[in-house]
Amino acid sequence: MNLTLHIWRQDGPRDGGAFQTYQAKDISEHASFLEMLDVVNEELIKAGQEPIAFEHDCREGICGSCGMMINGVPHGPRGMIATCQLHMRIFNDGDEIWIEPWRATAFPVIRDLVVDRGAFDRIIDAGGYISVRTGSAPDANATPVHKHDADRAMDAATCIGCGACVAACPNASAMLFTAAKVTHLGLLPQGQTERYARVVDMVHQHDAEGFGNCTNHGACQEACPKGISIDTIARLNRDLMVASWAAAGE
Amino acid sequence: MNLDAQVPEGPLAEKWDRHRFDMRLVNPANKRKYDVIVVGTGLAGGAAAATMGELGYRVKCFTFHDSARRAHSIAAQGGINAAKNYQGDGDSIYRLFYDTVKGGDFRSREANVYRLAQISLNIIDQAVAQGVPFAREYGGLLANRSFGGAQVSRTFYAKGQTGQQLLLGCYQALQRQVAAGTVELHTRHEMLDLVVVDGVARGIITRDLVTGEVERHSAHAVVLGTGGYSNVFYLSTNAKGCNVTATWRAARRGAGFANPSFTQIHPTCIPPSGDYQSKLTLMSESLRNDGRIWVPKKKGDDRPANEIPEDERDYYLERIYPSFGNLSPRDIASRRAKEMVDSGHGVGPLNNGVFLDFEHAIKRLGRDAIEERYGNLFEMYEKITGENPYERPMRIYPAPHYTMGGLWVDYNLMSNVPGLFVIGEANFSDHGANRLGASALMQGLADGYFILPSTIGNYLATLPREPVGDDDPAFDEAESSVADRTRKLLDVNGSRTVDDFHIELGRLMWDKCGMERTETGLREALDTIPQIRERFWKDVRVPGSAATLNQSLEKAGRVADFLEFAEVMCWDALTRDESSGAHYRAEHTTADGEARRDDENFAHSAVWEFNGPGDRPTRHVEDLTFDHVPLSTRSYK
Repeated sequence: MNLTLHIWRQDGPRDGGAFQTYQAKDISEHASFLEMLDVVNEELIKAGQEPIAFEHDCREGICGSCGMMINGVPHGPRGMIATCQLHMRIFNDGDEIWIEPWRATAFPVIRDLVVDRGAFDRIIDAGGYISVRTGSAPDANATPVHKHDADRAMDAATCIGCGACVAACPNASAMLFTAAKVTHLGLLPQGQTERYARVVDMVHQHDAEGFGNCTNHGACQEACPKGISIDTIARLNRDLMVASWAAAGE
Repeated sequence: MNLDAQVPEGPLAEKWDRHRFDMRLVNPANKRKYDVIVVGTGLAGGAAAATMGELGYRVKCFTFHDSARRAHSIAAQGGINAAKNYQGDGDSIYRLFYDTVKGGDFRSREANVYRLAQISLNIIDQAVAQGVPFAREYGGLLANRSFGGAQVSRTFYAKGQTGQQLLLGCYQALQRQVAAGTVELHTRHEMLDLVVVDGVARGIITRDLVTGEVERHSAHAVVLGTGGYSNVFYLSTNAKGCNVTATWRAARRGAGFANPSFTQIHPTCIPPSGDYQSKLTLMSESLRNDGRIWVPKKKGDDRPANEIPEDERDYYLERIYPSFGNLSPRDIASRRAKEMVDSGHGVGPLNNGVFLDFEHAIKRLGRDAIEERYGNLFEMYEKITGENPYERPMRIYPAPHYTMGGLWVDYNLMSNVPGLFVIGEANFSDHGANRLGASALMQGLADGYFILPSTIGNYLATLPREPVGDDDPAFDEAESSVADRTRKLLDVNGSRTVDDFHIELGRLMWDKCGMERTETGLREALDTIPQIRERFWKDVRVPGSAATLNQSLEKAGRVADFLEFAEVMCWDALTRDESSGAHYRAEHTTADGEARRDDENFAHSAVWEFNGPGDRPTRHVEDLTFDHVPLSTRSYK
């Protein structure tokens, strides 16, 4: 198939950017979206131009490196996948496709479609862990975990840190990302000791990074390649409220 | 080359314990006076950096990714082995040790493997305490499954995302240390050289991938946890960024590269669909429990699978291996599939696969049962191929997956270059000539959490506590050689892209040094690789500048290193004149076509010394002795 691509090009963080138009020719319907971009890039290089910068690594939907707005939708129209899992058979010959980086104050553009998601790491730094020194752990079966809780913790832990939730949110909030980690750790007995300090510290860092507030649009849940539910945000809010009551009582 | 393995004295089961007592310790107050560089933030590197940070060392950690959460460990699906014997089915440390040595076809060091089996217990404890949500039974205890032909259920798993969950546990532990200030994390930094001062590893040279700045970093010790080199084949199941650069640069500075030809091929991947194919996707091996593998008996038969009658199908694994059938080991299943495709029986639009058929299983167990067992895998297959595996058989083909070879290390995980430690897939230890399923995560974490943080203290304790400066002429030399090389790559300005060369090299390696090797083929490859390398340096086109994010430049450096490394791989495959594990030399087969080891002449690890690009490397050996697991031949008939 032949496609017309409008791709955001931007040289660096401090440069202005703009859409540029490219033709993608003879693309196989079996190619992945990123392979289609590979083909375009090979042609650009041969023509003496610089290829389009985009992040990718595992190309099987688990590392969370890739991500771009495709016709205004994070990771494209299919749903429940990362960009690398999108295949061209979903498009038609002659389609026009608009490709942009994630847009959020807290995710500055580094180049073309590559953004800096370091803010996510700093939210984890603020408390997205259980403090356990290597070697100090009790036997793994010493603390049974209700299967229901373990399964729900796993559902939240499946976040790949891609940033689609932020890109989808009209407020550019990272509340789904933050809540997924708060939920994962807060559901497990091992995570109880730090549960309330964790939620306060992580939300504080979230706000400090310049992410917006959550106003329950639910766009994040729609965009999440792993189907993480906004129920996690409700849980985060409950924990946050408990934490603030506890603080008020002290 | 000094290849003293430093294996401690004493009975096998007591070696590690005794060694831990015998090793020198660094006083807690002195730990902060030692700088350690860790390159890589996968399971091995991330775990090592986090643990050394907790211990109080000053750690500088580097990754070329944008975050420490992205390393390729994240893509491991199946699980992690541990000899917990929670199922009470007869597992033990000794059994895991035994299975691993035997599975590695007797080409690993017994003492290391035994320690790995011992530590497997601690890894599960550690991961659970970190909040890794392993699968559980209704009683709340941990669930296990059997994996990779083991006769016990010792594999712990988190859905099909075990690597992801273990890596996130490790990443969170690491970020905790970043927040605590014990670990200085440099993301988007690629190591481009090792600095060796008077024969001792003292630092690295990196390139900041955003600004292009070339930087020097000095330390008392350097740890590489930089993964494997399956991407020498271009198409593999590895992430696109996986490369040999860090370990190869260390090899160029004197570190021995051990058993580079030991590369594992995974039998159940989705075959390429066209020339644009950028990587291959693995489908879990568990599919072989219920799927039947076949090809049409007639060559070039392009009828749809359901129109090919039963008596015109060749269920070749069931035919050749009646007792193991579709569950034959990875290397055997892979070779037979290649034979079928090479002899004209391949299926699919490009005739490059074999069928993995669930028709009988669906009839026998019902669609619901199959959906419950493999639903997510079927979905993944459908997403990639657009074909519904409930209605037509899957197409599969083998793909490079894991590399057992790597930098040589002694029992302390130190290479022959003092001060240079190597952990995880980047080293050569533990798996011998073939790795068992669910053992990669185990080894990465054993090295990173438990072994290296102890053994490195034994080394550091011998060093003066003064900071290591970065003003030695060796730093100047390494830094300018990195800058020169970058400039050279940009200056060629030829006509072919980096990927074009990588694909050419990959095809050659797959054909001549892939799952079946011959002397003739390897000699051809050794003739051809220098020619490709020469063309690369004359005709590659790397656009852009060195002063910005430049992904073509990053790739170019990695491919240039693959072009040197590939030669050593072929030398290793050529001179290991036997078949063992994943290394299959067509000249060395039994009467019925199976791999034939030559223990008389090759019960050793081959360790290669770099002599300059294009020059034949020198082969050294570390002899292996098997005092506990008697040398025996595998049989799956």
